[in-house]
Amino acid sequence: MALDHSDVKSIANLARLAISDENIDKYRTELSSILGLVEQMNAVNTDDVQPLAHPTDAVQRLRADVVTETNNREKYMANAPAQQDGLFLVPKVVE
Amino acid sequence: MHNLTISQISKGLENGDFTSVEITQHFLNRIKQFDQGNDGLNSFITVMEAQALADAKAADERRAAGNATPWTGVPFAHKDIFCTDGTLTTCGSKMLGNFIPPYDATVVDNFKQQGAVCLGKTNMDEFAMGSSNESSFFGGVKNPWNKETIPGGSSGGSAAAVAARLVPAATGTDTGGSIRQPAALCGLTGLKPTYGRCSRFGMIAFASSLDQAGPMTHTAEDAAMMLNVMASFDEKDSTSIDQDIPDYTATLNNDIAGKVIGIPKEFFPDSLDGEMAKTVRDAITEFEKLGCTIKEVSLPSTDLAIPAYYVVAPAECSANLSRMDGVRFGYRCEDPKDVEDLYKRSRGEGFGDEVKRRIMVGTYALSTGFYDAYYVKAQKIRRLIKNDFVSAFEQVDMIMGPVTPSPAFKAGEKSGDPVEMYMEDKFTLSCNLAGLPGMSIPAGQINGLPVGLQMIGNYWSEATMLNMAHKFQQATDFHKQAPQGI
Amino acid sequence: MEWEVVIGLEIHAQLATKSKIFSGSSTAFGAEPNTQASLVDLGLPGVLPVFNQEALAMAVKLGCAIDAEIGKVSVFDRKNYFYPDSPKGYQTTQLHHPIVGMGHIDIDMEDGTSRRINVTRAHLEEDAGKSLHEDFSGMSGIDLNRAGTPLVEIVSEPEMRNAKEAVAYFKKMHSIVTYLGICDGDLSQGSMRCDCNVSLRPKGQEEFGTRTEIKNVNSFRFVEQAINVEIERQRDILEDGGVITQETRLFDANKMETRSMRSKEVENDYRYFPCPDLLPIVIDDDYIEAIRKTLPELPDQKKQRLISEQSLSEYDAAVLTATRELAAYFEEVAVKCNDYKLAANWVMGELSAALNKNDVVITDCPITSDNLGAMIARIKDNTISGKGAKSVFQALWDQKGNDVDALIDSLGLKQVSDSGAIEGIVDEVLANNDGQVQNYISAEPDKRGKMIGFFVGQVMKASKGSANPGMVNKVLKEKLDSKC
Repeated sequence: MALDHSDVKSIANLARLAISDENIDKYRTELSSILGLVEQMNAVNTDDVQPLAHPTDAVQRLRADVVTETNNREKYMANAPAQQDGLFLVPKVVE
Repeated sequence: MHNLTISQISKGLENGDFTSVEITQHFLNRIKQFDQGNDGLNSFITVMEAQALADAKAADERRAAGNATPWTGVPFAHKDIFCTDGTLTTCGSKMLGNFIPPYDATVVDNFKQQGAVCLGKTNMDEFAMGSSNESSFFGGVKNPWNKETIPGGSSGGSAAAVAARLVPAATGTDTGGSIRQPAALCGLTGLKPTYGRCSRFGMIAFASSLDQAGPMTHTAEDAAMMLNVMASFDEKDSTSIDQDIPDYTATLNNDIAGKVIGIPKEFFPDSLDGEMAKTVRDAITEFEKLGCTIKEVSLPSTDLAIPAYYVVAPAECSANLSRMDGVRFGYRCEDPKDVEDLYKRSRGEGFGDEVKRRIMVGTYALSTGFYDAYYVKAQKIRRLIKNDFVSAFEQVDMIMGPVTPSPAFKAGEKSGDPVEMYMEDKFTLSCNLAGLPGMSIPAGQINGLPVGLQMIGNYWSEATMLNMAHKFQQATDFHKQAPQGI
Repeated sequence: MEWEVVIGLEIHAQLATKSKIFSGSSTAFGAEPNTQASLVDLGLPGVLPVFNQEALAMAVKLGCAIDAEIGKVSVFDRKNYFYPDSPKGYQTTQLHHPIVGMGHIDIDMEDGTSRRINVTRAHLEEDAGKSLHEDFSGMSGIDLNRAGTPLVEIVSEPEMRNAKEAVAYFKKMHSIVTYLGICDGDLSQGSMRCDCNVSLRPKGQEEFGTRTEIKNVNSFRFVEQAINVEIERQRDILEDGGVITQETRLFDANKMETRSMRSKEVENDYRYFPCPDLLPIVIDDDYIEAIRKTLPELPDQKKQRLISEQSLSEYDAAVLTATRELAAYFEEVAVKCNDYKLAANWVMGELSAALNKNDVVITDCPITSDNLGAMIARIKDNTISGKGAKSVFQALWDQKGNDVDALIDSLGLKQVSDSGAIEGIVDEVLANNDGQVQNYISAEPDKRGKMIGFFVGQVMKASKGSANPGMVNKVLKEKLDSKC
C-alpha cells in the first residue's frame, strides 16, 4: 500500500508525532516500503484461521480486592516535568 | 580475572580467592579503560560505580555472615530497559533521558535478593527497536570483535560488554531476536526463555505479547545460573505463568544421546550465504557426535514471520509508547502552546526515527479500515506459525538453524533502509511470535567474526536447551574465543 | 412534521471495590490529589495491570440482575486516545467480548405503567483521572486518584422515546446497582454518570436519524432537562431543513442548552485492539451460578412482594422500593411495628414530608427506623393517638429523645385506654349534661351519630385529652343507646 502525504500526516496526527514537512516524504517512502513488506501476508489464505493474540493459552489471573498501595506521591511524581500542589501541570485543557 | 565465567567467579568468591570488591573494581576499571572515550565501545549508558562498590562491600559482608548464595558478590549488568529504583533508566531514548524510576523491575529485584552486584546499565537500540544498536539516542555500540561492525541489537550494549569482558554477564530482552542476534554477532550464549517465564514487570514494554527477558553470558552453564535468578512467577505480571521452575544447573550434564534435532529446510534457503550454512551445519554435526539424530522438518510459514511481526510488534508498541507524553515523566518540549502541541512536539522530538516509524506503522495497522487487513491478518499468521512449531515438536526435541543471515555487518551499512535491517531478524522472529524459547550459542567464525547456532525448544524446555548447549560447549571451544586487543 | 424521539443511554457506574481495577490503590473518594495514584495508575514505564476479582464478580452480579447473557470469555481491549487525564494514552475497556451481553430491565413510569427496555451490553473498563481547570500558573492540573477506578458501562438499546422514559431507565438502573451493592450510586460525586444519545426521525420512518451524544450528565433532573433541550435543538434544526451533525455535546444547566465539545472533535480513531498485557477472562457456569445465589432481593421483586404479601398499593410499593436505602428503612419500620400499611403511611407521609422540607436524605434521617417502628407500634396498641404520634415524631426528629416510650411519658401523651377509667369519666359527663342526654334520646336515630361528637369532646376535655378517642366513642355509644 503506497501512502500519500496526507496519509502520513493523518497517521502522525493520530500518533501525536510532530513531523516536519521536509521529512514527510522520507516517512512516506519508508512506511510504504514497510507496508509493502507486510503485505506479503496476503500470499496466504487465512479464512479459517483463528487469530492468536497471546502466545500461550493462559487465562487471566485474578487479584484479591485488597488495598496494597500507600501514598508515595513525592517519589512517584519526582520525574514530573511540571507540577504544583501535588498535581501534574499541562497547558490549559479546554473542553 | 576478567576471563572468568560467572560460575568461576562464584566459586572464586566462595573459596576466598578474591573478594567481591576486588573483582567489582577490576571490571569497573576495564569499563573505564575500554568503554569510554572516542574509541570506547560505548556499551554502557550508565556505570553505577559507587553503588556497585557499596553493593560489593555488602556482598562480602553477607558472605562473611554465612548467607551467601551462588550470586552473592557476582558482578553483572542490566540492559537499560529494566527499571532500577533511583538509577537512570533510559531505554536508549532521549524520551527517557532523565527518567529515574521510583521502583525496581522484578528481574532487578531478583538479582538484588541474591546480593549480585550490578555494574551499570547497558546501551541498547531505542526502546529495543533495532538490530544493530544504531538507533540508541546515546550512540551506537562497537562490536569488540571488530570495532567497525555493529554488535547487533537491541541488546547490543549487553552483548558488547560481555564479549569485551567488561562484565561477565548481562541481562537482555528479546522481542524479535534482541538477545539471540547480538549474542550471535558477539560470540555469546544468549537465551530467550518461554514467554511468561521471566516477569515483564518493570521491563519497559516494546511489544507486550513478544517481549521476554533472558541471560547473555559466555557459557550455557552461566546462562543456567542466570536463568535460575531471572525466572520467577510474578503476581504483578498477568502474563507471568505459574509453572515449576527447575534448577537449570542441575541437568546441565545429562546425557543428550537420542535427542532428535529438527532442521527446518526453511532455515537454510538457497539465498543463505554458503559459509553461514556450512558453519551452522558443522556445528549441528557436533550434536550428532554426542548421539543426537537429525531430522529434516518443515516450518512452512517461516517467511511470513517478518511481515506478521512487523504488524504485531508495531501495533503493540504504538499503544505501549503512548504513555510517553511529556506529562508525568520524561522529555517535555520547550514552551508547549497547548496540550496537543505538548504531545506532538514532546513525542516528535523525544523519539528517534526508527521508533517513530514503528509507531506510525502500528497506528496505521490498527486504524479504521485497515485493522482486519493488517492486525487481524497478522494474528492469524501468528497462529499458523505457532501451529508449524507444534507439529514439528511432535517429531523432534529441538529445532536448530542459523541465528542471522550473516556475521556482524559494518555500522551504517543497513541503517539507511529499514526493510533491509528487518531482514536481519528473519530466523529469530518466529520464536517470539510462537512464544517459544530460543537460544544462540557460539558456533564458529566467518572472517574472524562470530557466528551463532540457534536452538528453538518446545515450551518450557529451557533446561533441555541448556543441557544440550552445555554438552556442546564441553565438546567445543567456540564459546571460549575472545576478541583480540581488549 | 411529527417527529419521533430516539434515546439510548450509556451509564457509567463506578464499582464499589476497595481497590482499583488493575492496581492495589484505594478507590476512596476525596483524598489529596495523586495520593491514591500508584505506579500502575500513573502509567509509568514498565508497569503492568492485574485484574481485580471483585470487579469481575460485581459485573457478573449486574449481568445476573438484568437477566443478561454472561460472557464466558471476555477480553480487555485498548482504546487509544491522548488526553491528559488518561495516563497511558489508552483506556483499558472491553469492545468485542464484553463481560455482560444482552439483558433487559423494566422501567416504571409515573402513571404506574411499566415498560421493558433492552440492555445491549455492559462492559468493564477503567475510569480516567481528572483535569482541574482552576488556574495553576495558566495551566491545568492533573489528578490521577480516580484513574483506574473500576467502571461498568451499561449500554441500552435506543428504545426510549422521551426524556421521562430515559430518566425512569436511569433511576431504575441506579436502583438496581445500589440494591446489588456494586455501586454507591452517589451522583454528586460522579459515582454514576450518564451519556445520552439523542436523535429524531420522522414518525413512521424506520431508519434512525443522526444522533448526538450528551456526555457526562450527572443527575436525574439534568438527564431530563438535557434531553429535552437537545430534542428542541434538533427539532428546530430539522424543521428549518438543516442537518444534525454527529458529535459529542455538553449540557450546561445554567444556560439550559447543550453545546458542542470541540476539544474532543479532533480527529479520533480509537484503534481498539486486545490488550496484550491482560489475558482473556474465562469463567464457567459454576462461577456464574455461585454469584447468582448471592443476589439480594431486587427492586422489582421487593415491590411485587410488598403488593402481594403486604397488600400495599402498586404506587406505594413502587415509591417505597425506588431506592435501596428507602426500601431498607421502610422494611425495618414495618417489621418493628408489624404493620406494613401503617408503616407505609408514615414513611410516605410524615417522614417523606419532613425529609423533603429539611432537604435531608433517608440515610441521614434523624429518626432511626427502630424508633419510628416503635412509635407506630404505640399507635397500634392505643398507647398514643395519631395526634399524639405527631408530637412524638416531631420530638424524635428534633432529637429531643431517643426512647419512644420515655418521650410519650415526658410529653404526657399516654392515652387512657383502661375501660373502667373511661366509663367513670363518661358517667360523670353524662350526669353533668342531662339536657344534652335528653336531646340525644329524643332525637331521630339517624341524627344521633352527629350529636355524639359533643359528648366525645366533653370526655376528652375531662380527661385532659388523654382518653383513647376510639374507646370513648365506643363506651359513649353503648351508654347512650342503652338509655334510648
